[in-house]
Amino acid sequence: MADDDEIILSELSDDELVLQMHDDLYDGLKEEIEEGVEILLERGWTPYDVLTKALVAGMTIVGADFRDGILFVPEVLLAANAMKAGMAILKPLLAETGAPRMGKMVIGTVKGDIHDIGKNLVAMMMEGAGFEVLDLGINNSVEKYLEALETEKPDILGMSALLTTTMPYMKVVIDTMKEKGLREDYIVLVGGAPLNEEFSKAIGADAYCRDAAVAVETAKSWVARKHNQMNG
Amino acid sequence: MALSDVELTETGLDASHKGRVLLLACGALAHEVLAVIRANGWTHLDLQCLPAKLHLYPDKITEAVKETVAQRRDDYDAIHVLYADCGTGGQLQVACDALGVQMIAGPHCYSFFEGNDAFAAHPDEFTAFYLTDFLVRQFDAFVWKPMGFDRHPELIPMMFGNYEKLVYQAQTNDPALDAKAQDCAARLGLAFERRFTGYGDLAPFIAQAAG
Repeated sequence: MADDDEIILSELSDDELVLQMHDDLYDGLKEEIEEGVEILLERGWTPYDVLTKALVAGMTIVGADFRDGILFVPEVLLAANAMKAGMAILKPLLAETGAPRMGKMVIGTVKGDIHDIGKNLVAMMMEGAGFEVLDLGINNSVEKYLEALETEKPDILGMSALLTTTMPYMKVVIDTMKEKGLREDYIVLVGGAPLNEEFSKAIGADAYCRDAAVAVETAKSWVARKHNQMNG
Repeated sequence: MALSDVELTETGLDASHKGRVLLLACGALAHEVLAVIRANGWTHLDLQCLPAKLHLYPDKITEAVKETVAQRRDDYDAIHVLYADCGTGGQLQVACDALGVQMIAGPHCYSFFEGNDAFAAHPDEFTAFYLTDFLVRQFDAFVWKPMGFDRHPELIPMMFGNYEKLVYQAQTNDPALDAKAQDCAARLGLAFERRFTGYGDLAPFIAQAAG
């Protein structure tokens, strides 16, 4: 039997639908997000607008409530799952229609660390913000990071660690970059639950990003700064 | 009176105020600490435990230890802290040094239960998920429910997909716990290994505190 209060997404106005998609993302409703994305595309929205106004904006609310202790990891993962489903529809279309390119990032968790929830969220939000992301996955040695820097020539290197026992490896990577004279060629962003600003400075990273939303904003501002330097 | 694991998780354990030396421990260690005290007849040792669930928010551990040491230090000749680094990123060690109290060495209890040297000898075991006796008993309260697996089992591969095996570090020989630990591994989709550790580095640390 149909629920009298059931919301028919296709009957909502654009503004209402976008707000409803924010709610659905918050509640981790994957199928509803897929449906919402399809409806907006059918109504002539550009894939980039669907991505930024419906998905990224919704996920930003999720991120803020996670930071404030209102949402916890399971809820954030469900929301991320829903966003990922929406992005899967949009990605090929974005490639076809073109979208602003903010820069390129290589990202991965450090050697000995298999915890990739935060890294995956950052990668997804960076893609959502228009960055090209090469995800190296988990347990990356310094050699693997350096190889990716050489072949991909990104603007940003992102490193993530969850364990206090693995986070010092970030310094190994940065020190090796310095030894090889590569450090100044890249923006190095670090993140992970046990890290802080002080640690980031001590190891010689450019910035510590406490969550995915901060990572996106930090990446944007550092890339803009880098481009200004190059043009100045 | 038997210790309640639920209380140890949620509220901890109050000191009995009967000893001269206070062991300030994580609630997850209460059974083992009391077993060592009982076995040696160290009646001058008292035990207070902070809620084991603090481990879900490691950034709160240091402050909780600092507060409790400040509250209790006039009541005892000495206080010893039975927390390892436990995800505090060295902050707890800094706090204990500043307070002038001794803290057990190691990155976490999995390491000191096995013995810090033995644990450090297998750095390649980073795809293992560890459970102790306490955590096997409290698996639902500590892992299954907080991770949302009771409501959303689809999250299991997202959170445990990179793990390969569950290592049950047994402090005691208990076939019922062995079976439960094996079940925990199956629920997470991981291979199972039982490793008897006994009390590891915990016992010598308590012996040192006993003087």
